[in-house]
Amino acid sequence: MKFLTEYRDPEVAQRYLEEIKKTVTQPWTIMEVCGGQTHSLVKNGILNMLPKEINMVHGPGCPVCVTPLNLIDKAVYLAEEKGVILCSFGDMLRVPGSEKSLLEAKANGADMRILYSPLEAVKIAQQNPDKQVVFFAVGFETTAPANALSVVHAHRLGLKNYSILASHVLVPPAIEAVMEDDESHIQAFLAAGHVCTIMGTLEYYPLVERFKVPVVVTGFEPIDLLQGILMTVRQLENGEAKVENQYSRMVKEEGNPMAQDTIYEVFEVTDRLWRGMEVIPMSGYEVKEKYAEFDAKRKFNVNIPEAPENQECIAGEIMKGIKKPFECQHFGKKCKPESPIGAPMVSSEGACAAYYHFSGMLEKIEEEQAL
Amino acid sequence: MEVKSHKEKKIKMQLQCPMPKLDFEVITLGHGSGGLLTNRLLDSGVFDLLKNEVLDKRHDGATLNLNGKTAFTTDSFVISPIFFPGGNIGELAVNGTVNDLAMCGAIPQYLSLGFIIEEGLTMKEFWDILVAIKFACDQAGVQVVTGDTKVVERGKGDKIFINTTGLGALHPKAAIDIAHVKAGDKIIVSDNLATHGIAIMSVREGLEFETTIESDSRNLNHIVKTLLDDFGHDIHLLRDPTRGGVGTVLTEIARDSRLGIDINQKHIPVDEQVYGACEILGLDPLYVANEGIFLAIVDGDVADEFLKKIKSLTHCQNASIIGEMVETHPRQVILTSGIGGKRVVNMLVGEQLPRIC
Repeated sequence: MKFLTEYRDPEVAQRYLEEIKKTVTQPWTIMEVCGGQTHSLVKNGILNMLPKEINMVHGPGCPVCVTPLNLIDKAVYLAEEKGVILCSFGDMLRVPGSEKSLLEAKANGADMRILYSPLEAVKIAQQNPDKQVVFFAVGFETTAPANALSVVHAHRLGLKNYSILASHVLVPPAIEAVMEDDESHIQAFLAAGHVCTIMGTLEYYPLVERFKVPVVVTGFEPIDLLQGILMTVRQLENGEAKVENQYSRMVKEEGNPMAQDTIYEVFEVTDRLWRGMEVIPMSGYEVKEKYAEFDAKRKFNVNIPEAPENQECIAGEIMKGIKKPFECQHFGKKCKPESPIGAPMVSSEGACAAYYHFSGMLEKIEEEQAL
Repeated sequence: MEVKSHKEKKIKMQLQCPMPKLDFEVITLGHGSGGLLTNRLLDSGVFDLLKNEVLDKRHDGATLNLNGKTAFTTDSFVISPIFFPGGNIGELAVNGTVNDLAMCGAIPQYLSLGFIIEEGLTMKEFWDILVAIKFACDQAGVQVVTGDTKVVERGKGDKIFINTTGLGALHPKAAIDIAHVKAGDKIIVSDNLATHGIAIMSVREGLEFETTIESDSRNLNHIVKTLLDDFGHDIHLLRDPTRGGVGTVLTEIARDSRLGIDINQKHIPVDEQVYGACEILGLDPLYVANEGIFLAIVDGDVADEFLKKIKSLTHCQNASIIGEMVETHPRQVILTSGIGGKRVVNMLVGEQLPRIC
């Protein structure tokens, strides 16, 4: 298939692998920021093909994983309210809240709709004037423009029954938080290609300047990842630290200005709690006062007490790259995709689920259990 | 060309079976009462359409002549939407059970047919489903010999649920048994993966996308019979990878045979449009449902010949040897990716849920 097969060519992949092997002379720890990249690395078996000097560490770029527990509880609460239709992207449904997941709420009778586009939710609001339609607007900068656009559309249509439960997080502050952590040993970053398609690459220059780490904006196909890793390793070996763009077929330096305008029309940047991590300053989007009537948090005034996180889950350490999923004592034992303790075991982009599904760790665990 | 003639036959059948004139347009609770209205519903053409000697007796049950080893299976169909590109719940209900029998190495003969209808289903919809059932029965060469109709209140069902149970005599040469599967056996898939699941997905509320992909729902019993005629005992196992897809069935085979499975992504056939849809939706074709394909595990010695034969049959042009049974890594399915990396294929947990981005 055009624009896909070219980036999955086994011969090209082999050439990049050889080039990486030739270039690398010492161990390097590289964080792939985005969950989509982790998913692709394990799905294509790339982790096992890289030379052993290269240690790929998964970053905090899984929106499902970092959505705070309290927000999921709010979504569950709203979904169970009479007269509410709760719309969500598919992989939010299985994430455990403090008492239940959205999927369990659905089984209990909540009207839940799985959507691909928030604009579908606006359509549902138009078709159901007697119901309140809430869209669980989750994601990084990538999904923010479409989520914002749904509010703009609803506003234009004069809808009184549409709102979003916003849970938006931003990549650059997360990279900053990772680098500021004393335990962090990350030496370079593969930045998330799709986030940069929207936001451009300019935000990364100050980070490179401050922390002296290479940042290579990278795509998601096997060849993209291998090329991104090669570019990173070259910088590391040469003692350089600069912003480079591997994903130039999509990413422009200035990003997509129209998408950015849409974001800033509806959202403003605020401090944000990241599940498993902490409050990161200026790391999320909330709905602006101007669109307050479309903000489910204000509209429904849901006050749900903060429930404690499951202490057994080490999601924070995993998302900061301090530990790998299989270093968690519950990985594959108590914590599995069918009974997750924490969010990274849920989404296909979550580090734990990706490792569980695609890498050979399971065998190791079963061997250990047999002993 | 064969595919076209299948479609033409289907359209012809629909034209030949006009809906009978009725004094009701919508099915109501009374039609499930067992009394006058039930009889009117069934007399409205159901019996005429599915006519055969056993059914015509209209007794409480069917009396059948069965000889030798017999395969027996049941399946319930709750698909939403009930009408989808390339078919409807009716033919799915027939083909599903027919194919389960075929996977046992049996020649499907008799079906039971149970309807649970939610009141409000239009007679037109019901008729279209019945015609599809009739068409699928004719294609597969099976008879509906007994049935049941219940109607539930609105909100207590989802338009219509269908249960079919099937019986069929075992093919004399069949020796389908997981215990016969051994290292060195080859795994062959009969046609493209994931077509049915993506066709359904394309019409689900909130996910609609424009495509010409149609469900591959069809009976596989004639294909299986031809292969059993020629290869008999060398066919060690047959499975139809419906829900959970090929990936889930392979993990089951690895678990139950206590052997390992190696598969190679580049030999797994997927239609280009289906592949594209999977990419966009973030779904893995290995876990998407199928209705018109099967997996055959055959002796390594006959695999090439088997492949040649199956590729000559209708609806099997894309058949491919996707992998083999191995002694290393028992109970595990290992996939070699397109670029040559290796990973474990696990069983699907719950439904495949679309990704955020």
